[in-house]
Amino acid sequence: MDLPHHGYRATAKPRARAAPPTADSVLFDDTSSGGAPAMNSQAYYTPGYNMAAPTNDMQGGVGVNNLFTDPMANAAMMYGSSLANQGKDMVNKEISRFMSMNKLKYFFAVDTRYVLKKLMILMFPYTHQDWEVRYHRDTPLPPRQDVNAPDLYIPTMAFITYILLAGMALGIQKRFSPEVLGLCASTALVWVIIEVLVMLLSLYLLTVHSDLSTFDLIAYSGYKYVGMIFTMLCGLLFGSDGYYVALAWSSCALMFFIVRSLKMKILTSLSSDSMGTASSAKPHLRLYITVATALFQPIIIYWLTSHLIRRAFHHLHHTVRTTQTEPLSTHMIRVPRVRYGDIFCIISPSLVNPGFYLSTFDKA
Amino acid sequence: RRIHNMAFTLYSLIQAAILCVNAVAVLHEERFLSKIGWGVDQSVGGFGDEPGIKVQLMTLVRSVRTVMRVPLIAVNSVCIVLLLLFG
Repeated sequence: MDLPHHGYRATAKPRARAAPPTADSVLFDDTSSGGAPAMNSQAYYTPGYNMAAPTNDMQGGVGVNNLFTDPMANAAMMYGSSLANQGKDMVNKEISRFMSMNKLKYFFAVDTRYVLKKLMILMFPYTHQDWEVRYHRDTPLPPRQDVNAPDLYIPTMAFITYILLAGMALGIQKRFSPEVLGLCASTALVWVIIEVLVMLLSLYLLTVHSDLSTFDLIAYSGYKYVGMIFTMLCGLLFGSDGYYVALAWSSCALMFFIVRSLKMKILTSLSSDSMGTASSAKPHLRLYITVATALFQPIIIYWLTSHLIRRAFHHLHHTVRTTQTEPLSTHMIRVPRVRYGDIFCIISPSLVNPGFYLSTFDKA
Repeated sequence: RRIHNMAFTLYSLIQAAILCVNAVAVLHEERFLSKIGWGVDQSVGGFGDEPGIKVQLMTLVRSVRTVMRVPLIAVNSVCIVLLLLFG
């Protein structure tokens, strides 16, 4: 029973080592084909197995009982590891049927410098000169090397931060419960899905052969969460005036950003009829799509944040007094002012978390 | 508890999607679509020409009907059973 599994392990390991260096040399510097392949590529196995695997590998598959004096436990360990390998391959195959992991990896190949520049552009896009996405032999450059490339890292982190902020805003109004948090998350997610589906439908109907894939559209839809976070923070910190000012600012910035980014991709893309008989309706319709997408952003920002913020204004900056008909105001309900330390404590995990995540990429 | 009036859940999105796909699937080819000029035979327009919106829509309706016919049977049966059991 040991022999087939030895053979499987022996073939599985070189295969796993050979695959990564050929694929993503532009995206990642692959650190997994070095000392401990089990650490990176099989990080979701139990730590016990994690420690056992390299030593088993390095001994060349001869039954080593360094860790286990019981050969049965050793055999069971190797059998389990081969089963887990098979399961992992099967899951990978199934997933890669729906979405290609390489394409997804492209969107997460970011570094700190890119994230900072992109956030600056999202909040203040008026001074950015060059909006063209750069290519490298027909494939678009990953976000590390091109600040105009869309990425999925910022939208994902901004979405999670938005959910945290929503929970905090609800907690200030004393109407927090875990179900409301899930409801808020799924509402925001549904709006993103609806917007992406409408964009896909309109791009298909107008036969716009742009190179906007589904993930690109998800990325551009997700950038509005940065504006939402900024708006909600200003609303919580500075009250109703701050909320509307921040809403106006982030709406204008986002509209400008979306129009300039999508203009390159939609309006100048080759249609199937690129000769002179292009009907005059087509450029207008493409412009309508771009402008409609841009106009949708402030609406959805307002829709998804106002119900969270509106009641918080009273709780933050006023105290609720009892009515005049009760002269004996023995119980004057006083809602405490928000402590800015609270806001910092809630936000800082989501800021620290990306820092750890990015630092693992930076050391490559 | 009170749910915000436009709070979507993923379940409601799935419900809306199933209803929309069902609505597209029940459009009969010869009884209805040909009568209003959306039939299959009317979509093979000019070849060198870029297909317009109407042709694209007709192609979309036809392909949805062809592709989703069998999965819709399964999905609708599951929905019926679940709604009968759980209300």
